[in-house]
Amino acid sequence: MSAAVIPLQKAGGKPEPLIAFRRVDLDLGGRPILRGIDLEIARGEFVCVVGPSGCGKTTLLRLLGGLLAPTGGEVSYAGGPVAGPSANVAIVFQDYGKALLPWRNVAGNVSLALEAAGVPRGEREARIAPLLRKVGLDAHAERFPGQLSGGMQQRVQIARCLAQEPTLLLMDEPFGALDAMTRQALQDEVLRIVQASRMTVLFVTHDLEEAIYLGDRVIALRPHPGRVAATFEVDLARPREQLATREAPQFLRLRRALYDFIESAER
Amino acid sequence: MKGLVLPILLVALAEGAARTFGIASDSLAAPSDIAAALAEALADGRLLLWSAQTVASALAGLAIGGGLGLVLGLLVGLSPATGRVLHLPIEFLRPIPSVALLPVALLGFGFGYRLEIAIVAFACFWPVLIIGSAAISGVERRLLEVGRVLRFGPLARIRKIVLPAALPRLFVAFRLAAGVSLIVAVTVEIALNPLGLGYAMMYAQETLRPALMFAVLVWVGLVGWAINALLLTAQRRLFGPAALVNAGP
Repeated sequence: MSAAVIPLQKAGGKPEPLIAFRRVDLDLGGRPILRGIDLEIARGEFVCVVGPSGCGKTTLLRLLGGLLAPTGGEVSYAGGPVAGPSANVAIVFQDYGKALLPWRNVAGNVSLALEAAGVPRGEREARIAPLLRKVGLDAHAERFPGQLSGGMQQRVQIARCLAQEPTLLLMDEPFGALDAMTRQALQDEVLRIVQASRMTVLFVTHDLEEAIYLGDRVIALRPHPGRVAATFEVDLARPREQLATREAPQFLRLRRALYDFIESAER
Repeated sequence: MKGLVLPILLVALAEGAARTFGIASDSLAAPSDIAAALAEALADGRLLLWSAQTVASALAGLAIGGGLGLVLGLLVGLSPATGRVLHLPIEFLRPIPSVALLPVALLGFGFGYRLEIAIVAFACFWPVLIIGSAAISGVERRLLEVGRVLRFGPLARIRKIVLPAALPRLFVAFRLAAGVSLIVAVTVEIALNPLGLGYAMMYAQETLRPALMFAVLVWVGLVGWAINALLLTAQRRLFGPAALVNAGP
């Protein structure tokens, strides 16, 4: 099953993109943040965005999430322009501690997305249980965010996003604040969940290895103002494995290329 | 328990002084006489009636003034533009002492509950508006964004996210306003309204019954203390877990 999801970027008849940025400019407070972004993402693709801080990675994600409107150009999703948040698009924020409702327990936080979708009260519990199982929190449904570790809090946020049953999952440096072990565990969980549900993912990170490990494609941005500087196709087999994949020659080659590129971009 | 030592000592001293020197005064009374007057007023139900009048006015004023303060606090807290428009009128009206409105309110409402409730409402409006709008505008921006991403309407966003997030601080605002409401209610009664504990105190003083006057004064203190203790307990009960959660990372 995993192999079937990958070959979207293979040469030949390109499927219609789910997401398209066409010459997108964005200014915030008169300052140019993004300039001339041209970008297409196919349905089912896992795209990682990397770049030095200030390159507009998060801004790119917010445009797609409908939290910002472009100053110029057009961001389109499934053929139509993005005009505000959509029920099909979920966002996992980096600061999980702030993105959860501290007065609701784990189940209650996941329930928030179901309430937003208008799921009747009686059906919510039956929907929450499998979601919590999916992110490994089924034993913690009654606990409050303040009683959970960072990794578990981020799992709650992911479960809430999955409750939306999104077509597109936007992840904004979701594991940046977690320790290495937790980060790897969550990377694998996200890969597993994404493959099972065939979501399209835009994953912003500053961790180059994470980008290669997760993505079908890595897009590198250049700062001041942010623009697409290079695209790296990741031809690593799925399912990926923390040790084997990271030791694969293609992985190491990509890592070298990406590091060299970022270094030259920052200079 | 140590806190009780000084009051008991002072009361004993006053009682001793009154017995030693004898008091024949229109303005002072021995603690034992005060206690007797308190017991009598309690026993014949007068004290409870006055208390009910005062507390009812205070609570009604708190509900109206605090409610309006909360609504406007929501507007100001959620929309900085509204805050800028309302800034000047608020800063102009706020310093007016609530009791200074008595003549105007008397013309409008006459003596009675409506007069007292209006003045109390004015006094309670401000703390709830000021602390409430600060509490609302201090709600974590990321949470508001989560509400936007999930496409909640404005009312659902307020109900599910803004109010619960601001609730602990809103409760503090209401607790402060509750204290203000009792003070202002009694003040209005002392100044001119023929109702409740404040008027009872004035009446006892005018009819030269200092023991009853002091008895009511002690009672007012007890009522104020009880209301505050009640609200503090409620605050701990309601937000104990939330406070614990907020202390997390």
